[in-house]
Amino acid sequence: MQEGSGPLAGVRVVDFTWALAGPGCTLFLGMLGAEVIKVETAQYPDAMRRGAYSVSGDLDSSPTFNSANLNKLGLRLNLRRPEGVQIIKRLVAVSDVVVENFRLGVMDRIGLGYQVLRQVNPTLVMASSCAFGSTGPWRELAGYANVFNAMSGMGSITGYQDGPPTELRDSIDMRVGTNLTFAVLAALYHRQRTGVGQYIDHAAAEAITRHLGDAVMDYAMNQRVTPRRGNRDPLMAPHGCYPCKENDTWLSLAVGTDDEWRALCLVLGRPDLAADPRFADGAARWAQQAELDSIIGAWTCQRDARQAMQELQEAGVAAIPSFSAKDLFEDPHLRARGVWQDVEHPKLGTTHVQVPPWRLSATPASVRRHGPLLGGDNDYVLCQVLGMGAGEVERLAGQQVFE
Amino acid sequence: MTAMAERDLLAGITVLEYATMVAGPYCGKLLAELGARVIKVEGPGGGDPARRRGPFPEDLPDDELSGLFLYLNTSKQGVTLNLETATGRDLFRRLAASADVLVEDATPGVMAAIGLDHDALCSLNPRLVYTSVTPFGQTGPYSQYRAYPMNLFHAGGEGYTLPGSLSNELFPGREPVQGGTYLAEYDGGLHAAIATVAALIARNLTGSGQHVDVSKQEAAMMLNLLNIQLFANTGELVTRRRSYHFGGIFPCKDGYVILYPREDRHWQGLTAAMGRPELGTEERFRTWEDRYRHRDEVNAVLREWVAAHTKEEVFQTAAPSGCPAAYFATTEDVFHSPQFAARDFFEEIEHPSAGRLAYPSRPYGFSEAPRSQQGPAPLLGQHNREVYCGLLGLAPGELAELHRAGVV
Repeated sequence: MQEGSGPLAGVRVVDFTWALAGPGCTLFLGMLGAEVIKVETAQYPDAMRRGAYSVSGDLDSSPTFNSANLNKLGLRLNLRRPEGVQIIKRLVAVSDVVVENFRLGVMDRIGLGYQVLRQVNPTLVMASSCAFGSTGPWRELAGYANVFNAMSGMGSITGYQDGPPTELRDSIDMRVGTNLTFAVLAALYHRQRTGVGQYIDHAAAEAITRHLGDAVMDYAMNQRVTPRRGNRDPLMAPHGCYPCKENDTWLSLAVGTDDEWRALCLVLGRPDLAADPRFADGAARWAQQAELDSIIGAWTCQRDARQAMQELQEAGVAAIPSFSAKDLFEDPHLRARGVWQDVEHPKLGTTHVQVPPWRLSATPASVRRHGPLLGGDNDYVLCQVLGMGAGEVERLAGQQVFE
Repeated sequence: MTAMAERDLLAGITVLEYATMVAGPYCGKLLAELGARVIKVEGPGGGDPARRRGPFPEDLPDDELSGLFLYLNTSKQGVTLNLETATGRDLFRRLAASADVLVEDATPGVMAAIGLDHDALCSLNPRLVYTSVTPFGQTGPYSQYRAYPMNLFHAGGEGYTLPGSLSNELFPGREPVQGGTYLAEYDGGLHAAIATVAALIARNLTGSGQHVDVSKQEAAMMLNLLNIQLFANTGELVTRRRSYHFGGIFPCKDGYVILYPREDRHWQGLTAAMGRPELGTEERFRTWEDRYRHRDEVNAVLREWVAAHTKEEVFQTAAPSGCPAAYFATTEDVFHSPQFAARDFFEEIEHPSAGRLAYPSRPYGFSEAPRSQQGPAPLLGQHNREVYCGLLGLAPGELAELHRAGVV
């Protein structure tokens, strides 16, 4: 039922993740073909199920939870009961990967830490992601996307030149999950060849700092703090995001070579600028960027963002609108690439989701199913994966093991 | 049992990297750090343009001293090769024939035009994983479009929602902004690395390589799936007007902090830590709904307290209370972070021209494969002899001839 044709077909993941950073990782593992079993309790279901985004307030009706948890199976289990913990051990014994993003120590307190689980499955790959990792003075601190964004340095280098730092939100969680996915895959590749499992200690804030490595290098080299630059660039100009005709539509435009500059001048209908010595080379244009910004802005604000993009791209100038979600959902390029897929959901009906961002020609990644209903796959996991009989399930249900 | 190290995880894999600037090279870096042998192929005209982007020590441009290049190319070998020559293309084929992975970032169609596309190389080496990482993917109406890193960030849909919150209050109606430095490029490279290792896992089972098409735009969109798919499924559009219901970004004595007492326990913990425990139980602020209804008062309390303290004081006081609390670390703060230091996040690497510098290292540690020391980025053409003579078996005289002919 869950077998995909992807590279991880046959890999089973026991997924304790919640919110978005951890679920992002198991979303990707599932898209790559793994069977992901998401474990939740009735008392503490994934907070995303009830976020502001839930359509009706019921736990199975959040389209955003669905998007972040596609392909996953839902196992509802009471981990305060020893029988619940025992079921997890049986499941881990027939699985390959465990992923969790609780605060440090929670898995140990439940009785499902790595030292316990590796006894059950000696080749297990277990990944734990928390805000600052499992060592160091801040290891106990809780973290969310806003914390990773701020403490990593990303927030302070994003924003208007004359404004405050910027809060990047859920994309930061997804970046943490993406980074974790790479580590899990490397461990799985190694296990495939050697039979050796791993415990992966992952630090979310560090994962984001990796994505500003070049800025940190400036500090390492010159003890210089990277400022906020808006849309500007330290070397290129023009380099900005310009207003277009319709309200709140914008075109990003950047010129990196003299050829592109000449092409831009022709599209603007200003061959005189191409010949103007004040704009003769990159350094000159950079020095005059405020003036260039107003010239370009005067042109774009008369135009539709997409039409301006086409005209400029055909001339060889890098110009792309600052796309809104609406623009992207309606975009002809993305439609032509088959980026949107319809997935039926028992409560939400037909949902529209994005296909995996990697096209693998021989073993394609895929979206095969909607996200899990809370406990929606208990029967499959208990009876088919673990081979329990109906009597055993009923007896355990009577002891509130599935609450 | 022999002792293992981090660099054993992907040992035995040879990666040919024909890519410039950030995304493709970041993919190569991620693989090199875990032990793959990554051979970076640089073209004529000074090699990878990242060598000319900087930052440079004391702002003096030097092709061997660009911080961007040094960071993105650690632990790789570097060769030069001119693919505009027939001999150069032939050498590239021979390299690809002995490689496990090719990472390339040419505009779609360019590799085919010089006979080095997936079909051509996979007939030479059916086990090759051929990873293409481009702004808009291999197909579709935008496949030939140009995009610099800022354009790409805006193409993924995140720019439209930034900077948001406090910036939007201060400057309503202003333009969307890009993420810091090359954010969406790093994202694209990380996604390419994921797909590449996944294809290597598949190859262990099937024996065959495959073509991997990574669209950096789609990778960026996937990271913004909540906003984008919220619109796709409900019609609700997230814009720069997004903000916290209460709490958020506040200026402190020496910078900015963020506080978000969403849960009741966050609010109780935070107010107790601030020395105002009475606020934690006060009727007006008790539940989320109460705090939302009285958000102006909540924000005034927080703003006033934050303004009287430094970022370090706010963090040390508020974070242990369990409330989401952080300061906006500058690159200086990051570089001197006691937490990062305790985890050896910065790793010193000695480079023949740049000397000894501390580089951000891996955010993951593997229990059975402890951290390995990484090597420096290659000088331009540094490993020509090792690769062309050692790996391909050319005689030293042949290599000298290739130099003279401008092939390497």
